[in-house]
Amino acid sequence: MKIGIYVCQCGINIAHTVDTERVVELVKNLPNVEVARDYKYMCSDPGQELIKKDIKELKLDRVIVASCSPRMHEPTFRKVLEESGLNPYFFEMVNLREQCSWVHEDKEQATLKAVGLIEGAVARATFLEPLEKKEVSVIPKALVVGGGIAGIQAALEIAEKGFKVYLVERSPSIGGRMAQLDKTFPTLDCSACILTPKMVDAASHPNIELLTYSEIESVDGYIGNFKVKIRKKPRYVNEDICVGCGACAEACRLHERVLSEFDMNLGKRSAIYVPFPQAVPLRYTIDPTKCIYLKTGKCGDHPLCMEACDREAIDFNQKEEIIDIEVGTIVVATGYDLFDAKLKPEYGYGKFENVITGLEFERLVSASGPTSGHIEINGKEPKKVVFIQCVGSRDKETNEYCSRVCCMYTAKQAHMVKEKIPSSELIIYYTDVRAFGKGFEEFYNRVQGEGVTYRRRELNDPIQINKIGEKVVVKAEGHPDVEADLVVLATAIVPRIDSKDLVRVLNINQSADGFMLEAHPKLRPVDTFTDGIYLAGCCQGPKDIPDAVAQASGAAVRASEPLAAGKVLVEAISANIDDDLCSGCRICEDLCAYSALEFDEKDKIMRVNDVMCKGCGSCASACPTGAISMRHFDIKQILAQIRGLAK
Amino acid sequence: MGEKFEPNIIGFLCNWCSYAGADLAGTSRIQYPPNLKVIRVMCSGRVNPIFVINALQQGADGVLIGGCHPGDCHYERGNYLARRRMAVLKKLLEYTGIDPNRVRMTWVSAAEGVKFAEVVKEVTEDIRKLGPMQHFKRENKW
Repeated sequence: MKIGIYVCQCGINIAHTVDTERVVELVKNLPNVEVARDYKYMCSDPGQELIKKDIKELKLDRVIVASCSPRMHEPTFRKVLEESGLNPYFFEMVNLREQCSWVHEDKEQATLKAVGLIEGAVARATFLEPLEKKEVSVIPKALVVGGGIAGIQAALEIAEKGFKVYLVERSPSIGGRMAQLDKTFPTLDCSACILTPKMVDAASHPNIELLTYSEIESVDGYIGNFKVKIRKKPRYVNEDICVGCGACAEACRLHERVLSEFDMNLGKRSAIYVPFPQAVPLRYTIDPTKCIYLKTGKCGDHPLCMEACDREAIDFNQKEEIIDIEVGTIVVATGYDLFDAKLKPEYGYGKFENVITGLEFERLVSASGPTSGHIEINGKEPKKVVFIQCVGSRDKETNEYCSRVCCMYTAKQAHMVKEKIPSSELIIYYTDVRAFGKGFEEFYNRVQGEGVTYRRRELNDPIQINKIGEKVVVKAEGHPDVEADLVVLATAIVPRIDSKDLVRVLNINQSADGFMLEAHPKLRPVDTFTDGIYLAGCCQGPKDIPDAVAQASGAAVRASEPLAAGKVLVEAISANIDDDLCSGCRICEDLCAYSALEFDEKDKIMRVNDVMCKGCGSCASACPTGAISMRHFDIKQILAQIRGLAK
Repeated sequence: MGEKFEPNIIGFLCNWCSYAGADLAGTSRIQYPPNLKVIRVMCSGRVNPIFVINALQQGADGVLIGGCHPGDCHYERGNYLARRRMAVLKKLLEYTGIDPNRVRMTWVSAAEGVKFAEVVKEVTEDIRKLGPMQHFKRENKW
């Protein structure tokens, strides 16, 4: 056996705390080690060539690279072995950067730890075995979860590439948050005008199957072969018959008496409703929490909606449906929730009707909103409007991150007020104006020129809002008090309140702020750590519409790659049973979460289903006879590594 | 011995949460003592109690096992299996006269770089107090 060890300096990332030359000196005489070298960047072309040359000339059969995390570059170096004709699993990686040089300061200690880690790898490398990656076929379909602008964009792009897409949206209509906005910054495009054509495109695309009012129930399987259960909630309206005429809503006994979520509870709807007039699909839905008939079993003499619907589309007997689909890849685009401003009681949100959030303002100013676009509070046009930024953002007590869109949408909203009420007086309390995007700074300058007063407040300077008669008084440190008719809070973008559930169903991760975690913040911003699942839009972190759309396009490309290839290679790590050692005790059977272990009634021993096995190793750790070995994480390999490390 | 004793601790970290959390501690440059050396496993459920005993026999002074938080296991329930196994193992260690505090199980998510560093600091201090592991040392025949 001939082992080659390559210690990476990673520029100075490793070399500044680990003396790589000394490491090489200390490991080159370990058993079976043929050669040990250090180099500035092992992952670079010359670095890879160095390994290839040694494999060829020195006839190496095991390679150890001590560099960064295997989660970063293991695939890179496995490929080097493969290209040199060696089995890629004859490779072992030592994490000297993330788990040594970057976390320790003492050069002596870090260097000795590096040597220890490599000793473990050398011991383990001796027992490495060749493995073949499994090639599995890919179901040429994709699932997009979430029908906001990011989900719509991703679905359209995958569909355009010729693959079938299921677009699942949990509310009755696609469109998402963007449908609620009036204008978009900094160009002041009408949000609905640019969004609704895309909604229609998505609904009418031959490759897109729209599943609205539906949620993801469970996801099983792996890249190329996901089995997804979708729970389709009953609309109590037959989607195939309803034409969206709205006669039912007019007739409903609760007509104009139910608060509209779409209008941020500022407007009213019926118990049978479409969220907004341009909804896609334009099909009515009965709200089971409000409908008198669904709640009590009777609605006067008879439900008036049924009487009003001459197409007889209303069906109170509709039941929830579980739809099973199979897809190759999944794009998650579930969007965001808004920070609950009541958690900051000093702003008086929820107590004073003069204090509203940015999204509520959007509905108020929208021509299709509850006031038909007329800005009014208590029925009166406000003369003095105050905007407060960073409500729940950039605040250690709530959310430390910047929500990225508030500076610009506040500027836009100020502009909208000026446009509609030219005589109004506007004050914006800002912390720092972050006008980083294309055209943002220009827009900010324009709004300042329109007579809007920007007042700076430090992050920790408290603002207190109290009621005075019909108005509120805004007290901000270092500034004169302002009596305002209307206060608009720029509330933070926060992760969906139930994103934890979806993260578990999909088996992906969340970052510390609760948004979904990308595989690498710079280089794999749309991938997750679960192969075949990709992220788009605000579920991954706050972003504006252009960024969400760009990310959705990226996710669509990534999700289409395996579909186009038709096959993918999956990890060869799986359990293996030694027929001679297996006693057929069946202890392992119940431990497997994937039913990959089956009892062979004929031979009275257990068998592994290679495709079902995900390689966790829970079974191998329980096998009393040691019949189960784990490929690439076998007991011999691990005990050898322990020996190397424990010295 | 005494203040100069630097414990040698072996960690088994699951690929999906704890190992990623350890990587995050690295990318965030959060400092912690160099006493822990990590073995990456796919799941904490892979950690056979023999690994732990073997580590202590081979000269490790302590063992840390890191898995995903309860309910977050990448393999659905491997971390629960690990937790049960370690609970049983600790009883056995106690019975044989080895302080069960030499073995610690923890949950670290991929987002908890800070927590990972804290855990390593704590474990290192705990094992330092317990002193070198001297029971049942033997050479591995592998």
